[in-house]
Amino acid sequence: MHPFTYHRPATLADAAGLLQSTGGVGIAGGMSLLPVMKHRLATPSALIDLSGVAALTGIAAADGVLTLGAMARHIAVANSPVVAASIPALAALAGGIGDPAVRNRGTLGGAVANADPSADYPAAVVGLGATVVTDRREITADAFFTGLFATALEPGELIVAIRFPVPQAAAYAKFRSQASRYAVVGVFVAKFANGVRVAVTGAGPSVFRVPAMEAALSANFDASAIAEIAIPADGLNGDIHAEPAYRAHLVSVMTGRAVAAASAA
Amino acid sequence: MGNITGIGAAILRKEDKRFITGRGNYVADVKLPGMTYAVFIRSPHAHARLLGIDASAALDMPGVVAVLTGADLKADGVGGIPCGWGITGKDGLPMKEPPHPAMAHGKVRHVGDAVALVVAESVDLARLAADAVVVEYDVLPAVVGVIDALMPGAPAVFEDIPDNLCCDWEIGDRAATDAAFASAAHVAKINLVNNRLIGNPMEPRAAVAQYESSTGRTTLWSTSQFPHVVKLLMGNFVLGIPQHKLRVIAPDVGGGFGVKQFHYAEEAVITWAARRLDVPVKWVSERSEGFVSDAQGRDHVTEAEMALDETGKFLGLRVSTVANMGGYLSTFGPNIPTNLYGPLLAGVYTTPAIYCEVKVVFTNTVPVDAYRGAGRPEATFVLERLVDVAAAQLGMDRVAIRRHNMIPTAAYPYQTPVMMEYDSGDPTGCLDRALALSDWDGFAARRAEAATRGRYRGIGLATYVEACGLAPSRIAGRLGARGGLYESATVRVHATGDVTVLIGTHCHGQGHETTFAQIVSEKLGIPADKIEVVFGDTDKVQFGMGTYGSRSLSVGGSALAKSVDKVILKGRKIAAHLLEAGEPDIEFADGKFSVAGTDRSLKFEEICLAAYIPHNYPLEVLEPGLEEQSFYDPVNFTFPGGAHVAEVEIEADTGTVHLLSYVAVDDIGTVINPMIVAGQLHGGIVQGAGQALCETAVYDDSSGQLLSGSFMDYAMPRADIMPNMKIVTHSTRCTHNDLGVKGCGEVGTIGSPATVMSAVVDALSPLGITHVDMPASPNRIWRAIKAARVAQAAE
Repeated sequence: MHPFTYHRPATLADAAGLLQSTGGVGIAGGMSLLPVMKHRLATPSALIDLSGVAALTGIAAADGVLTLGAMARHIAVANSPVVAASIPALAALAGGIGDPAVRNRGTLGGAVANADPSADYPAAVVGLGATVVTDRREITADAFFTGLFATALEPGELIVAIRFPVPQAAAYAKFRSQASRYAVVGVFVAKFANGVRVAVTGAGPSVFRVPAMEAALSANFDASAIAEIAIPADGLNGDIHAEPAYRAHLVSVMTGRAVAAASAA
Repeated sequence: MGNITGIGAAILRKEDKRFITGRGNYVADVKLPGMTYAVFIRSPHAHARLLGIDASAALDMPGVVAVLTGADLKADGVGGIPCGWGITGKDGLPMKEPPHPAMAHGKVRHVGDAVALVVAESVDLARLAADAVVVEYDVLPAVVGVIDALMPGAPAVFEDIPDNLCCDWEIGDRAATDAAFASAAHVAKINLVNNRLIGNPMEPRAAVAQYESSTGRTTLWSTSQFPHVVKLLMGNFVLGIPQHKLRVIAPDVGGGFGVKQFHYAEEAVITWAARRLDVPVKWVSERSEGFVSDAQGRDHVTEAEMALDETGKFLGLRVSTVANMGGYLSTFGPNIPTNLYGPLLAGVYTTPAIYCEVKVVFTNTVPVDAYRGAGRPEATFVLERLVDVAAAQLGMDRVAIRRHNMIPTAAYPYQTPVMMEYDSGDPTGCLDRALALSDWDGFAARRAEAATRGRYRGIGLATYVEACGLAPSRIAGRLGARGGLYESATVRVHATGDVTVLIGTHCHGQGHETTFAQIVSEKLGIPADKIEVVFGDTDKVQFGMGTYGSRSLSVGGSALAKSVDKVILKGRKIAAHLLEAGEPDIEFADGKFSVAGTDRSLKFEEICLAAYIPHNYPLEVLEPGLEEQSFYDPVNFTFPGGAHVAEVEIEADTGTVHLLSYVAVDDIGTVINPMIVAGQLHGGIVQGAGQALCETAVYDDSSGQLLSGSFMDYAMPRADIMPNMKIVTHSTRCTHNDLGVKGCGEVGTIGSPATVMSAVVDALSPLGITHVDMPASPNRIWRAIKAARVAQAAE
């Protein structure tokens, strides 16, 4: 690891100022950043530790919206009675990220800002049609994820919180890699009064929605409704664990399982 | 006999207290005054000419001690890394044995090939300096697969070795086998791949070296399974250090699985650097470094066929294998896919004619060598898959065809057509118990129930035999071993009757400190906690060949038993003197020497005291002291064997395989500690299931990059893929060692890949599938199901 300076601001303004003045990077849980620093693939000159910023914390539900602070750790979301009472699928998703050590450190904001194509949270953010609140503006989920490890965040812009509309029913179904246990394909399905959203992680360069399935499920929220909808393999990820055609197939299988789980919940 | 710590007792492991409380002493824990830290710069290319190394920027950095290269090694006259086995080809000529420089010069031959060593005052400084070293490469086309390597025009790993062929080896009677096929009613065939594995012991490799210029002595601490052999190979063949000036210590070692049983270039380079720089040097491998520098395992491509008569009797077996050696010959490399493979192809069957040829091939990949099982899982996999295919082809039951061909228990000792004479075994007994324990006969109902849940259920079995207890030196020498394979043990009895055992095997997780103490406890009638077992330090232990090939108990334990017998013999002489009786009248039992037919006796401790305070002692005819040493060279291999049964379910929609049950019935000879045996079986079976279900090393065909170069992409088996296992021993005694022991370190890994894959294929057999290569990953199984459905629809 290359040497760097370390800062732990207490306020959002100080954090933003330090990001500007040092040219450093923000660190939330560090579960993605630290490994690449250890491999010397990232060599930031300064780390701005966001764990002391009180404005980034908190878990609250009100008026059909669950708001999670950006620094909400996976373990806190997984164990939160507030989350369990409002969007249990989100608690289950958080409880299935990585392993206990990762869940104790990793954060919602870090995972969303990193936009790993195999990460779980992007599926929930898009699947629930959440709003990403930053220190500068509000960004809709559909506009937030722009590509492989790419988001709409501008340099120095910090996620403050994410607002999740509470659905009537939802579930996340993940097919894990045998090696990393990341999502080869993960599908978040959410049923709202005005329709169903289906968001897929792991399969493509970035999280994406499946409009054909959403339409079918909005008409009939049952796994049988999507049985005939095939996902094209073109453009999907291929690696030593799963070829694109297999990922395409798994999108259908996991969507079916998520619908079944949401219906049973 | 009331000895609660003797042979057969499931006592807790003496060594575990320090391991589970974090008090182990590993190489990475060694700290010396003035220590420097080294990192290797490794090739990012699979095959390239090394044009130049510019270390000037690194050498200008503060805290950097030195940057050393292959050219420096050459200038210092350092020899290449020797290979420990020289095999002979069909043509009677020795294998091609190219140079193996300790750091590359001229060319690099695999990703991870070491090109330079950076030594600095801290690890971080060394890493930063390594990033500043500029290495210029002329990248060459690479070849990674064995079939590609043999193709005309393939890139030459070594310019002077045609077709990348190290050796074209054979065993068995080709003419007799051809004749068997000519007369056969049926011929069953299979083409298969045995996937390459990466061992990944929990503790990465490490080396620390210290040179004392005042005494001229050199000490190497290394994560080695055979410190004495490292001392001999490195001292004598690589660095030219006299044996009496070199000490090698392998302290606590966190898992080996074969990965640490080779003399590695890194330990020689670190030792050379410490002597050259006259400072202690420490290197600890990073995990990602281990992926591209620890010797890897398996990697065969095989065509095999079985000739059968009309009743399903095996008449002949013909096997043609191409085995990957990687970019250099590792210590045991060429021995593994030949001598530890071909002679195992008889299995537990009476096949009268067997012929096996193996092409051993160089590629631009990490060297391949022994990994738990080493050749024997590969042989078992070929044979047992072929038996399943033959059964399917003939419409025979998989159990029935095996019974029909098994060596009858009464036929032991049994000479196979491929060199081995099995001394003992009961394959039918093992099979019977495995079938009963797995409720084989009740499987049909379980399959039908699973089908209602959208799952294919399958049951599989495999039998196996293992040749271990390596090895009779005379036979090993004939097969190309360049060393002996005996073992030595000293029993040092202290004046108080406490015992120190100094043994040449090495323990890296197997529980030897307990098992060996139990053997002494049994024979001397003293509790195991009065016995300490010392190993892994060439200054303390006389000599030894180390631990691999499930040899520690059958070879090392036999040496130990002989030494204890010598102690008892001497004790008997002392007792005869003290008890004023004839030596033939002295009996030893339960820790007491007594005069037969009398109540006169002396405790073992009293005899020990007399040996060290010889005031009343037959000094004219007997030396004082009580310490005995033995070297034991086995007369034969040992032959554990057994039958395993596994049951799986496969999700029809995702192809995911769930391993639901596993039964292992193993004949491992005398059991010293059943708890430790169960642990060895558990670990071995998990490693075999790992190969069958998830593990595989994948290289990019064109670039030679290791695509499965971290735990993100190399799927180790995890606890949650395993069911509870039923482990049962069904032992016959080994007839050629006094303890009757055979070995249990590898049996789990040898039987399990074939067993699990038998179950996987059985699950898919309703679709017409007769073979699936390992690992049975979800994507692979999904593809097989999809193709089979298309084929079925077309019919």
